[in-house]
Amino acid sequence: MPHNAPNKRLTAKDYPIAENRPEEVTGSRGKPLASLTMEAVLSGEVSMEDLRITPRALEQQAQISKSVGRSTLAGNFERAAEMTRLSQEEIMAIYELLRPGRAASNDSLLDVAQRLRDEQDAPLLADFIEEAARFYEKRGLFRKRY
Amino acid sequence: MRNGYDANRWARANDWDDRALRLDKFAADDPENGFSAFNGAADPKPGLKISSGKVSTMDGVAAEDFDLIDAFIATYHIDPEIAGEAMAIPSEQLARMLVDMNVPRVELTRLARGLTPAKLAETVAQLNAMEIAFAYSKMRARQTPGNQAHVTNAKDDPLQLAADAAFAVALGFDEIETTMRVARNSWSNALACCVGSVVGRAGTLFQCSSEEAEELEIGMAGFTSYAETVSVYGTESAFIDGDDTPWSKAWLAAAYASRGIKMRCTSGAAAELLMGFHESKSLLYLEARCLCLQRGMGSQGTQNGGIDGAPLAASMPGGVREIMAENLIAVWLDLECASGNDARHSESDMRVAAKVLPYLIGGSDLICSGFGSILKYDNSFNPSSFNGEELEEFLVLQRDFEADGGLTSVEDARALDLRRRAIDALSHVLKDLGLAEATEVMKRSVAVASGSNETDTFATRDVGLISNKISADGVTVLDVIRSLHRGGFRAEAENLLFLVKLRVSGDYLQTSAVVRDGCVISAINDPNDYSGPGTGYRLSEARRKELAAIRDVLDRDEVLRAEAASEMGEAKAIRYQTMGTADLGTERKEIVVGVSPGFGSKIFRTLASHRLSAVLRALQAGIERGGGTLRLVRFWHTADTSFLGLSAARLSGSGLGIGLQSKGTAVIHQKDRLPHNNLELFSNAPITTLEHYENMGFNATVYSRGKLPEPVVVPTNGEALGARFHARVALIYAIETAMTQDDATAETLQIMFLGDN
Repeated sequence: MPHNAPNKRLTAKDYPIAENRPEEVTGSRGKPLASLTMEAVLSGEVSMEDLRITPRALEQQAQISKSVGRSTLAGNFERAAEMTRLSQEEIMAIYELLRPGRAASNDSLLDVAQRLRDEQDAPLLADFIEEAARFYEKRGLFRKRY
Repeated sequence: MRNGYDANRWARANDWDDRALRLDKFAADDPENGFSAFNGAADPKPGLKISSGKVSTMDGVAAEDFDLIDAFIATYHIDPEIAGEAMAIPSEQLARMLVDMNVPRVELTRLARGLTPAKLAETVAQLNAMEIAFAYSKMRARQTPGNQAHVTNAKDDPLQLAADAAFAVALGFDEIETTMRVARNSWSNALACCVGSVVGRAGTLFQCSSEEAEELEIGMAGFTSYAETVSVYGTESAFIDGDDTPWSKAWLAAAYASRGIKMRCTSGAAAELLMGFHESKSLLYLEARCLCLQRGMGSQGTQNGGIDGAPLAASMPGGVREIMAENLIAVWLDLECASGNDARHSESDMRVAAKVLPYLIGGSDLICSGFGSILKYDNSFNPSSFNGEELEEFLVLQRDFEADGGLTSVEDARALDLRRRAIDALSHVLKDLGLAEATEVMKRSVAVASGSNETDTFATRDVGLISNKISADGVTVLDVIRSLHRGGFRAEAENLLFLVKLRVSGDYLQTSAVVRDGCVISAINDPNDYSGPGTGYRLSEARRKELAAIRDVLDRDEVLRAEAASEMGEAKAIRYQTMGTADLGTERKEIVVGVSPGFGSKIFRTLASHRLSAVLRALQAGIERGGGTLRLVRFWHTADTSFLGLSAARLSGSGLGIGLQSKGTAVIHQKDRLPHNNLELFSNAPITTLEHYENMGFNATVYSRGKLPEPVVVPTNGEALGARFHARVALIYAIETAMTQDDATAETLQIMFLGDN
C-alpha cells in the first residue's frame, strides 16, 4: 500500500472532501485546510508547499472515482499520487523523453522506470514507462525526428 | 451580366452571392481523401476478441498490428469484464437505449467501457440530429450547465485582460481561458487574468493556454487552476506529428493532477485531416478513437466537438451532425464535455446560431469551450462562434428558450465598476511587486474601451518585460494574494486564496467539476439524473427571472412615461375641444376621421414618432386638396382600426371615413362595406410618412366622388416591423382598449392647431 493509507475508503458520499471530510485534508507539509487562512498567508506561515495536493488526497479522490465507476480516472489519480514525489524538473524531463524520437532506444526509458521504482516509490509510473517502451520499440518510435 | 430574356443567370443568384454565407467554402464527400463525416473509405467494422483477459483483436486489427492508439485503447479503455456483454448488443439497440429516457445514464456509461471506437461510432451514426441532441442532454455528466470564456486581446494588455476577466466572471462564466499573441507574454497574461478573475466573486477557474512545460509551471506558481491543451489525435501519424504519443499525453494528464490542477484533453473532428494523416477514415470514427483514448488516459473530460477543425468539418455534408455525434460519444464515455461551439465555423450568423442551439437547449458542461467574451479582433484564439459583439444575442436566446446557457446579463454601470476595480487591483499589484506602473491615462482608456483598438496602454514590448520579470522573480500566487491585501483589495485576496485552496483537496479534479456559490459541483454531487419530463436540469424561478432580465425591457409604465414626455410638446401644438355627441353628417364634402379613445389624451405620437397633431394636419391638408373638409370624431366603443374607419364612414356626410389609431395605423373606409373589407389600409404605422397621410386624406375625397384613385403604397425595405414594434404596439393598444366602453357614443372634436407645426 502507498504511504498514508487511509483507514477507510472514501466514496461519493464523502465528496466534496473539503466540505464533508475537512479533517482528512492537509497540504503537503501537513497543515490542515482550516489553518490556511488569510492571516497565515499574510504572516508568511503558508508557503506554496502548503497549497500542494498530497498523495493521500489523490488516493482518496481515486477511491471516490472508483465508487462511481470511473476506474480510468482513478488510475490517473493513482499515477498522479506517485508523481507528487517527483520534482517539476523530473516530471518535465520524463515527459520530454516520452515524446516521439527523444529516447534513442528502449534503454533510456527502462532506466527511468527502474529509478522510479527503486528510488521514488513509484511502481505504477515505472510500469507505465516500461509499457510505453515496449510499444515504442514495436512502432519504431526511437528514430530521430530533429 | 445580360439583362435580356436570354440572360444566363437569374439576378437572385447575385443577391445570394452577396450574403456572408457565400464566403463559406463547401467540400464534396470524398471518403478516400478523408472528406467524410460518417462513412470513411477505411472505417473498420466493429469487433472485439478477448483471450485470457486481454484484447486480441479490436475493430478488425489484430493485437500484433496495433498502432500506438489501438494499443493504448485496448490496454486502458476496454474493460474486459464488460466488453463481452456490451459488444454483443446490436448497435441499433444501443442507439435506441441512448434516446430511451427509461434507460438510465449510468447503465449506458457502464456499457461504454466495453465498447470499441467503431462500435461507438456505428451506434451514434444511426441517430438523427434531433436524437443526438436529446441523447446528449440525457447523457451529459453534470446536471447544471455551464460555460467558458476566452479572455484575450490583440495587445496582450494586462489592464484590459484584468478588466475583461472581471466582466466575464460577472457574466457567470465558470471558466476563463487566455492565450497570447506573443508567446513570452504568458506570465503577464496569467497574472492579469488571475487578478481580474477574482473581482466580484470567487470560484471562476482560469487557464493560460501556452507551451506544455510553461503552462504547467504557471499552474505550479498558482496562477491557473485548469488546463485543456492536452490534445490527442485519432491517427498515429497525426499524433506523432503533434510531437506526442498517448503515453506522453497520459503522463501530462497525471502531472496536472499531481499538482492539483484540473485538466481535460482536447480533440475534435478533422484535426487529422488538417494535419494530413486521415488514413481514409471518417471524422466520426477518428474522433471515437480520440475519445476512447482520453477515457483510457484517465482524463476527467474533453474539449471536443470540432474545435479548430470545426470549419473544415462543417464544410462537409453532415459535418455539423458529426460534431454533435462526437460530443455524444464523449458524454457516453462519461467524460466532462466542453462542447466546442468555439472556433467560428461559418461567416453566416444563422449557421452559427443553428449550431449552438441544441447545446443551449439541452445543456452542456461547458456549452462553448471558448465563448469570445471580447471583440472578434481581440480573440487571440481566432473568432469564436459567439464573441463580445454577439453576447446579447446569446443572452436573448437563453431568454427565448428559457434555456440556461450559464450567463446572466450585467448592467452597464456594474460592468464599468467591475472593470475599474479590476484595473485598479492589477495596477496596484504591478506597482507593488515592482513589475510596472500603469498611468491614469492607461487606466481610464482601458476601462471604457470596447476593444484594444481604443486603448492607450502598455506597448507589447512592455508586456514582455513584465512577463519576464514575473517569471524571473519567481512571483507566486501567494505574493499576489499578499499584495492585493496590502493594497486594500481584501475581497479579491480572499477570493484568490479560496481558489488556490481548491487544489489541496483535489475535489475539483473530479469529472465536470466547477465552482458555484463557493462550492465544488461535479458529476459526483450534481449528477445528471435525466429520466424524462420533470427530471434533469430545470430552471428555478429565480434563475428564470435572471435569464429574463435583459437590457431595455418595455413595460406599460415605460410606454406611458415615454408618452408623457411627448405630452407637453403636443399641448403646444394642438388643442382638442369636445363638441358633444357626434351626429350623422349632412355635408357631402365631409370626410370623418375617427380616432381611438386615447388619441391625444394618453398617446401623443405614432410608431413612426410623428406627433398626432402633425398627422391630423397632413390628413386635413390632403382632404382639403381634394376639396373636402375634415370632421374629427373620437370613438369610445372601439380602438380597432377597421371599426374606427367603418364607424367614421357611417357618420360621414360623404359616406367616406378614415379610421386612425393613436399609434398611427389607419384605414380608408366606406359606409356600405363590411368591417374588414376596407378601401385602403395603412398597417405599417412605423414607416408611414406624413406625406402618406396627406395622400390618404386626398384619396378619401376621390373615393367620395365615386372615383378610383391611385392607392397610396407605403414601401417597405423588409424590416422586421413586428420585432421592432409589436411589444410597444400591444402595450399601447392595451392602454386604448382598456379605455373603451360598450355602446358609448362618439363625440365630435374641434381641433385648433397652435403655432406652425
